[in-house]
Amino acid sequence: MYKYDSYDQQMVDARVEEFRDQARRRLEGKLTEDQFKPLRLMNGLYLQLHAYMLRVAIPYGTLDSRQMHALADIADKYDRGYGHFTTRQNIQYNWIKLEDAADILADLAKVEMHAIQTSGNCIRNISSDHFAGAAADEVVDPRPYAELLRQWSSFHPEFSYLPRKFKIAVIASDTDRAAMRLHDIGIQIVERDGELGAAFYVGGGMGRTPMIAPCINPFVPLDQLVTYAEACLRVYNRHGRRDNKYKARIKILVHEMGAEEYTRQVEAEFAHLLEQGVEPPFAELERIRTYFEDPLFEADLPDDIDRSDPDFALWVDRNTVAHKADGYVSAVISLKPVGGIPGDATAEQMHLMADLARDYSFDELRVMHTQNIVLPHVRKADLHALWSALDDAGLGSPNLDTVEDIIACPGLDYCSLANARSIPVAQQISERFAANGKTEALGQLKLKISGCINACGHHHAGHIGILGVDKKGVENYQLLLGGSEAEDVSLAKITGPGFDEAGIVDAVETAADVYLRERQDGERFLDTYRRIGMTPFKEALYG
Amino acid sequence: MADFVSDTDTLIRYREDEPVDHAAVTVDSFLDQSNASAVRVEPGDDARELIPHLERLALVEVNFPAFGDGRGYSSARLLREAGYEGELRAVGDVLVDQVAYMRRCGFDAFEPDTALNQDDLETALSRRPEVYQPAADSRTPIWAKRHA
Amino acid sequence: MRILTGNDLKTGAVTWWTGSDWSLHVEDAVDVTGSEDEIARREESARRVNAPYAIDATMDEGSPRPSHIKDRVRAIGPTVRPDLTLKPADPDIGNWVI
Repeated sequence: MYKYDSYDQQMVDARVEEFRDQARRRLEGKLTEDQFKPLRLMNGLYLQLHAYMLRVAIPYGTLDSRQMHALADIADKYDRGYGHFTTRQNIQYNWIKLEDAADILADLAKVEMHAIQTSGNCIRNISSDHFAGAAADEVVDPRPYAELLRQWSSFHPEFSYLPRKFKIAVIASDTDRAAMRLHDIGIQIVERDGELGAAFYVGGGMGRTPMIAPCINPFVPLDQLVTYAEACLRVYNRHGRRDNKYKARIKILVHEMGAEEYTRQVEAEFAHLLEQGVEPPFAELERIRTYFEDPLFEADLPDDIDRSDPDFALWVDRNTVAHKADGYVSAVISLKPVGGIPGDATAEQMHLMADLARDYSFDELRVMHTQNIVLPHVRKADLHALWSALDDAGLGSPNLDTVEDIIACPGLDYCSLANARSIPVAQQISERFAANGKTEALGQLKLKISGCINACGHHHAGHIGILGVDKKGVENYQLLLGGSEAEDVSLAKITGPGFDEAGIVDAVETAADVYLRERQDGERFLDTYRRIGMTPFKEALYG
Repeated sequence: MADFVSDTDTLIRYREDEPVDHAAVTVDSFLDQSNASAVRVEPGDDARELIPHLERLALVEVNFPAFGDGRGYSSARLLREAGYEGELRAVGDVLVDQVAYMRRCGFDAFEPDTALNQDDLETALSRRPEVYQPAADSRTPIWAKRHA
Repeated sequence: MRILTGNDLKTGAVTWWTGSDWSLHVEDAVDVTGSEDEIARREESARRVNAPYAIDATMDEGSPRPSHIKDRVRAIGPTVRPDLTLKPADPDIGNWVI
């Protein structure tokens, strides 16, 4: 994985001191809260319901054991012993003091981490495929391109006061594990006639007005990647709406202007920028690539797994994924214990995951946008030992992509924007299905919960989505069906009137039962919904 | 036609030449007349309309009515990319923590509504020893140093 | 009644205006009807509070209870982590919030 050189290190070190100075000026009253807010946000520091919240960037979701240990240490030293892994592959701490924030950034800088641009109207942390470098189906590891873009977008002088936040995802396989087309820019590295290039999808997003990004250029040569991104951003910075924050995302610009006209303007700007020398030399991409070469996979490893322990066998079936190297798998550590808080991990659990990564996965971990952790390169022969250690620590839930593997935003328990609590709903649903034993029969069922319309919990992209709303001061939950964030991307539709907290748990089970009744061979919940439509579900829900 | 009367109390310049001594006119006014040499670009203006007339411009003011409206950064860089070498002045709600980015986008003068603290300004401008991207200033990006 | 709340500038902790100072406990909040803007302005400019705002509340068993659930969550802590709330030993606190 990528290692900082002295330049990268200087950049994060300078940022620590810059923020220390900004925080000092705020505490001394030289900056008002209105002036300080955009500065702290560009460093991922929010003021949430109970305290300041710090969001730390985990670029393209990749980290090593040293970094995971450092995240655990921060949870212990400055927070309350835990952290929350997010749907953008980052980690958030909920109980941060402003007077500690610069010290935390200094601790992060020691392990080549930062909180730069994890909030604010700027280019956010770049996300990617959590199986990058391990997946059997990728044309190339997408992370070098994400790293190239990370550096380009860091402290970008022209694009730090955009109309609104800006999220980029980079993938390199036809299977989309990063919700690529629901980003402001989604990039898919593709192969054409033996050459690699980048397909640009622009103007996707969730939130108040969900949109699926159209492809505006199917093949940008890789030695023009940064220039093309710069052109996309410049057109947005100049013409994105600034009169209404709810219409300020690039999806609205692309929608109102039309993808064709937006593309025309990008292409004109691109032609101009090609003369401006903004593209790093190809040697820079090659330099970054050297950090992402395969670890030394062993040859001739045994392929068979002793499945005599049924609990272990279930975990292997549910939580491991095919690897490009024989004898290896990618193993998913579920942060979704039944009745637990999706995405939360204690400092002890983080330390353990770090140690297991060191022992069993070439020192690498990944954060999934589904709020789980991946050990990307595990020998099949080590799986039982790995599972035993995880299970002992409450990290062995065998529920990847099942109805228990719920994405949930922090919701009204933590978030100042939320209208309703998300976590208790997730807890009750996972308990319900664990108790009624339907989890196995339901198979892949992606359930995603947001506590407000901003959709951090990706409810638009859930096979089943839940949106919490405020109904005259009381929490109310809308049910949505038929969304997908994957290569078969679609936006979920609302079933009808909302439910109270107990009612929404029943409603999810009712929808699941319709699927179990109606499904045909091999169909997932989503497939059945697409075949039979909303009506049978509505009838069951509202009679 | 609107005039913008300068209160030069807060003016900071990083240029050796004498400041233009008359008020800037709007982009529309500038395009309508031939004698003005100073123009004020508002966030919604298309700075590219000035490109055919750069040789008669000595001062371009780019207005920031609110610090969060970043269109002026693109306006500035576009003008520098087009070869404009006259004064490029950021005016309005210009805060000390923005000046370093503005310098990178080609601004060489600042006239903020509220005067900038001189110490804070110098700290902000010297904060980052390196930059990741080329822009409208002369700084060498990190990638060029890596592959020098 | 109207009560005034905000966050401590340094720690971010939720605080409530007691009439003379800021307290972590909503029980200490006093009615500020009519003077909320003036107090908020004064206290914020003195940096004794960050981002203050006034909310509606009712008296409930002798203590103010914020009218909106969001402020009740703020007053106590996350409902999903009773161990981290201001009243970890009170088994009924969830009912007060919801």
